[in-house]
Amino acid sequence: MCLAVPARVLAIDAQEAEVEIGGVKRRISIALTPQVRAGDYVLIHTGFAINVLDEAEAQETLQLFAEIEALGTQASEEPGDEVH
Amino acid sequence: MPADVILLAHGSGGRLSHELIREVFLAHFGNALLNPQDDSAVFPIDLPAGARLALTTDSYVVRPIFFPGGDIGTLAVCGTVNDLAMVGARPLHLSAGFILEEGLSVQDLTRVTASMARAAADAGVAIVTGDTKVVERGSADGLFINTAGVGVVAPGLSISGSNVKPGDVILLSGPIGAHGMAVLSQREGLQFSFPLCSDCAPLNGLVAAMLAAKPNIHCLRDPTRGGLATTLNEIAGQSHVGIEVDEVAIPVPEGVRAACELLGLDPLYVANEGKLVAFVPPEASGAVLLAMRAHPLGREATAIGLVTAEGLGRVVLRTALGARRVLDMLSGAQLPRIC
Amino acid sequence: MKYIDEFRDPQSVQRWLDRIRKRSTQPVRLMEFCGGHTHAIARFGLRRLLPASVQLLAGPGCPVCVTSSRDLDTALAIAQLPGVILTTFGDMLRVPGSQGSLERARAGGADVRMVYSTLDALAIARSNPHRDVVFLGIGFETTAPTVAAAAVQAGAERLANFSILSLHKLTPPAMRAILAAGEVRVSGIIGPGHVTTIIGADAWQFLPRDHHIPCAIAGFEPLDILQAIWALVDMIEGAAPDVRNTYSRSVRPAGNRVAQGLLERVFQTTDAEWRGLGTLARSGLVLREEFATLDAARRFCVQVGASREPAGCLCGQVLRGITAPPECPLFGKACRLEHPVGPCMVSGEGACAAYIQYGEA
Repeated sequence: MCLAVPARVLAIDAQEAEVEIGGVKRRISIALTPQVRAGDYVLIHTGFAINVLDEAEAQETLQLFAEIEALGTQASEEPGDEVH
Repeated sequence: MPADVILLAHGSGGRLSHELIREVFLAHFGNALLNPQDDSAVFPIDLPAGARLALTTDSYVVRPIFFPGGDIGTLAVCGTVNDLAMVGARPLHLSAGFILEEGLSVQDLTRVTASMARAAADAGVAIVTGDTKVVERGSADGLFINTAGVGVVAPGLSISGSNVKPGDVILLSGPIGAHGMAVLSQREGLQFSFPLCSDCAPLNGLVAAMLAAKPNIHCLRDPTRGGLATTLNEIAGQSHVGIEVDEVAIPVPEGVRAACELLGLDPLYVANEGKLVAFVPPEASGAVLLAMRAHPLGREATAIGLVTAEGLGRVVLRTALGARRVLDMLSGAQLPRIC
Repeated sequence: MKYIDEFRDPQSVQRWLDRIRKRSTQPVRLMEFCGGHTHAIARFGLRRLLPASVQLLAGPGCPVCVTSSRDLDTALAIAQLPGVILTTFGDMLRVPGSQGSLERARAGGADVRMVYSTLDALAIARSNPHRDVVFLGIGFETTAPTVAAAAVQAGAERLANFSILSLHKLTPPAMRAILAAGEVRVSGIIGPGHVTTIIGADAWQFLPRDHHIPCAIAGFEPLDILQAIWALVDMIEGAAPDVRNTYSRSVRPAGNRVAQGLLERVFQTTDAEWRGLGTLARSGLVLREEFATLDAARRFCVQVGASREPAGCLCGQVLRGITAPPECPLFGKACRLEHPVGPCMVSGEGACAAYIQYGEA
């Protein structure tokens, strides 16, 4: 519920990373995402990466958007994952 | 000049003051009207019948004083030249008053002064009179500048925020948000893969070209503090009309967009120092837009909306998703959000 | 910009709106718990684009809005102690407490500085070793881990002049309180995507399980929100309440374990006063004993009175979802963006600010 922005990790330096969004670079803390690697996309919130974005999941979601038109509006597909 | 920092004595009117004026200000601004150093600059004005004088003033307190694309000096000249241009005045002369903080480096002051001289030359104006005061350390964040400007408005021109009419086309001279984000990025230590520079520029040449194409432009304004959204609201209020603009039509550079996303800001509220909006009767809009695009400062000029007779005093934005919502004036400082 | 532009595609937006229109046969009231969603919905004009059968209701998920005036008064009192530098996120500067706002205190001489990150506050503490630097910790589970990380860092550096005034709060208790109060009829919840990134989608199971209400965890771009609304409509139409994660690129069932671990290490839960909701059990975060020297509440002794609501202010009811902003008698009159009476008008995510700023057009 807070402003968090997706950015690409360019380089990692101990507990910090240099990230880039739309050509803007910033140094942020990776204390909450120690597993991150260069090339990953992260969500940045108040100077910290709070999560690594899952490219595969993002593609799946976007793919779903594309499929909707193909399948027509009567589809009863459920978007996203169900959580049990 | 022996001193490398500004001292209180530089403001006392004595020898050090005169040395400062001579070595820094006259060295860069020197011209026939300024050089006599009388209490006022005196000059003749050739006013054809029906022409009027325009007079404006602005104070500049930007922090930091140096930023990509300019400095407080460039702003001080361009800002006042632009205020004159926005009422259709041909700028003539400027005054410059300096409030210096004790401890300001003379090198910084010289750099700012040189910028002002360059900007004035670009705009075709001269700084013909000035003043210098020095205040104790801590009282003035380095350097504050006030400039005033006088210009001539040709007969027959009637360019004002209260002249806008329903049906007027709204033209924007180019992409928005560069100045505010250049300054803020400098302050917050953001870096860019490509430089994000202030768009600070004198607009009198562009305005002259527009008026030469069609003199019946209703209103001109440069969207400085508060950004495009605030400027549009001011005019909607002054002329008591409605305004509708298209989000998709408003150009925003990618770097500005990204910096705004990062800091939680909206480009529509970010200051510009080298852009203008023009409100033009529909039959004149084609010619004015062509004239803008033919000028270096208007290459990316585009129509962004229309003046309407509904929703008087309000600005409505058609969002990229096709929805319509109110675009309000800036209230308070634009504070970045976390949540 | 990747992960932003694709999720704002206007044509996809239209397709999802069509899908929602076709699936929706009965009126539904969906609460967007999070102020960030209220703001996004208003900014993109989604309310007007949705069919009339889908009603959106703003919830209490605005950490600035739910900060009690007593807590704000505590921050103000600390800011005015000699030698203190109070650092805060920008959102809190203009909120009026019973003695004015932090912005006014700054104008009156208090050293109040806006920061974008707790790390900025740490940097200020390092460069001002003879001043007490206090960080005003506002925010839910998205922000609290960042403050926890800063606390660990400060401890490791033995930064003696740094402390945190923790006003952090937890969202599930607020959600439970709203539903338990039974004041507002809600058919579904749009779940907070970034809070859930931290706490995990499983944390919302109590909604379908105990309240038979569906929850769709949503991101903040228009397509994310519409996809979540579709999911809720679908679950309501099918009478099959569940938790659906429609922000799967960021949200996992278990959340961010590292962040949760930091929270656990640095904070413990406590009862907390929420503006508009009263005191909720175990809904706030306070620094653990091990971090006592970093706790501004213990370091500084200030006396403040009980919370007071400004006369006529209905922020509490707005936060509980029982009053829509335009229904407040002060809305747009005594309470405006430039002269806010209550926090819902000040905060960028406050429901009243969103309504006024992006009003129906």
